[in-house]
Amino acid sequence: MYSKKVLDHFRKPHNFGKMKNPDGVGKAGNVVCGDVMQLYIKVGEKNNKEIISDVKFETFGCVAAIATSSMITDLSKGKTLPEALEIRKDNVVKSLGTLPPVKIHCSVLAADALAEAIYDYLKKNNKEIPLELKKRHKRIKKEKEIIEEKYKGW
Amino acid sequence: MDKKNKRIYLDYAATTPCDPQIIKAMMPYFTKKFGNTSSVHQFGQEARIALEKSRRFIAQQLNAKRQEIIFTSSASESNNTVLKGIASANKDKGKHLIITQIEHDCIINGAKWLENNGFQITRIPVDKEGKVNPKDVEKSIKKETILVSVMHANNEIGTIQPIKKIGRICRNKRVLFHTDAAQTFGKLPIDVKKQNIDLLTASSHKIYGPKGAALLYIKKGTRIDPLLHGGGHEWGKRSSTVNIPAIVGFSQALKIYQKKRIKEYQRLEKLKNKLIKGVIQNIPNVKINGNVSDSLSNIVNFLFLGIEGEAIAMHLDIKGIAVSTGSACSSESLLPSHVLKALNLKPEEIHGSIRFSLGRFTTEKEIDYVLHVLPEIIIKLRKISPF
Repeated sequence: MYSKKVLDHFRKPHNFGKMKNPDGVGKAGNVVCGDVMQLYIKVGEKNNKEIISDVKFETFGCVAAIATSSMITDLSKGKTLPEALEIRKDNVVKSLGTLPPVKIHCSVLAADALAEAIYDYLKKNNKEIPLELKKRHKRIKKEKEIIEEKYKGW
Repeated sequence: MDKKNKRIYLDYAATTPCDPQIIKAMMPYFTKKFGNTSSVHQFGQEARIALEKSRRFIAQQLNAKRQEIIFTSSASESNNTVLKGIASANKDKGKHLIITQIEHDCIINGAKWLENNGFQITRIPVDKEGKVNPKDVEKSIKKETILVSVMHANNEIGTIQPIKKIGRICRNKRVLFHTDAAQTFGKLPIDVKKQNIDLLTASSHKIYGPKGAALLYIKKGTRIDPLLHGGGHEWGKRSSTVNIPAIVGFSQALKIYQKKRIKEYQRLEKLKNKLIKGVIQNIPNVKINGNVSDSLSNIVNFLFLGIEGEAIAMHLDIKGIAVSTGSACSSESLLPSHVLKALNLKPEEIHGSIRFSLGRFTTEKEIDYVLHVLPEIIIKLRKISPF
């Protein structure tokens, strides 16, 4: 069901745990569905560009949720902020080899959590937020509301 | 224990391995005595004799008559036959059926189908230990009620229901009573007369028999329509060429199980209590879902707070231990278990639940091994979790 790479990340996840004084925090997922991801980033500078100098995750979730969280920390570490925002679910899935179709949403969550962490950093520091990121933030927020509404009875 | 090679199966409530003795008993019916039970010639009659012998033995164990037992392919088929067959044959009396919130998916979804087709369904809640209150059943019975279906013991949490009391209520109110005994048949004593049961479902593969055989007890005189129409097998209640090898295996499985029933029940109870004690003592923030005292001796369902069940199950699998979880993440529907929801658990609690179900080949050593590896797994996952 799961690829070897998924299981490797699941067994020995990279960059997990809480971060002290993060520059940005992104949260994605909903506890009703069974996945909550929290991504912490530290922003540094390299060649006059802002980069993700450190990244950590905390995840409540299944095998795929943990593996995608671990993978996105690998993919985003050291990247400039615009580069990190280019990381999407397909990059996460491809880097893991494959994911069962029913688990693809975990890779979406991982990419969303990263975007949210960057959004959080830019907003907190009164920096300019790219239009596309603004839209993305809006969509993520809306989706959270839809899910909360859908599972109200639970 | 060598964890690289040893595989430990603790999912006996899902299915059991087929006993080699049983396979041996089944073999002649694949090759030499392969006849169709409907045929008049010797081949057919040989198969017919085996069928009726199996039926008689199983009927005796339930204190039923031979003609009251029909064989089906699965517990799901038996349960579907009950819901749809009773609804169809009794709709002139009424279109109301009662089930509980913790029935197996085949009853839950079968009832939903009936609901979409003009029947009314009442779903009785359970208390936080998973027990049905017979008074709730009594209050829900209306003039139009044609069937009450309450499972004997639950497959996820093991809670045993007071079916005798519920049966009596149904009898007094002249409503048919069905119980799904897939998890209890062979393990707990069942007497359809004493327990006021009109219809009962039981399955072969939960008691070390082959998959593909199950039964439905239908009390004489009960109006029921068949699910499968055809050549009129099983007194017209279930047409299909009879699966003789599987049925012979089914009755053989029951025979073997009955010999050691009480001893085995007590042995598993001891192992289960050891597992419970060990888990509670060595792992913080853990609860038991369901009822500890009045539940099947082979099922225990734990709730590990703050982490998710599929992840726990996968870590256990890596260590060679097979269990199951009620978490949404492990299901095709991505919905958490309806049984655990009925216990009023919060979604995050449901996601952290793991079922261990013990069986014939479970040893004390295996339980020791589980208790050895489980705490590390829980610590590891909690370190990753934001909760």
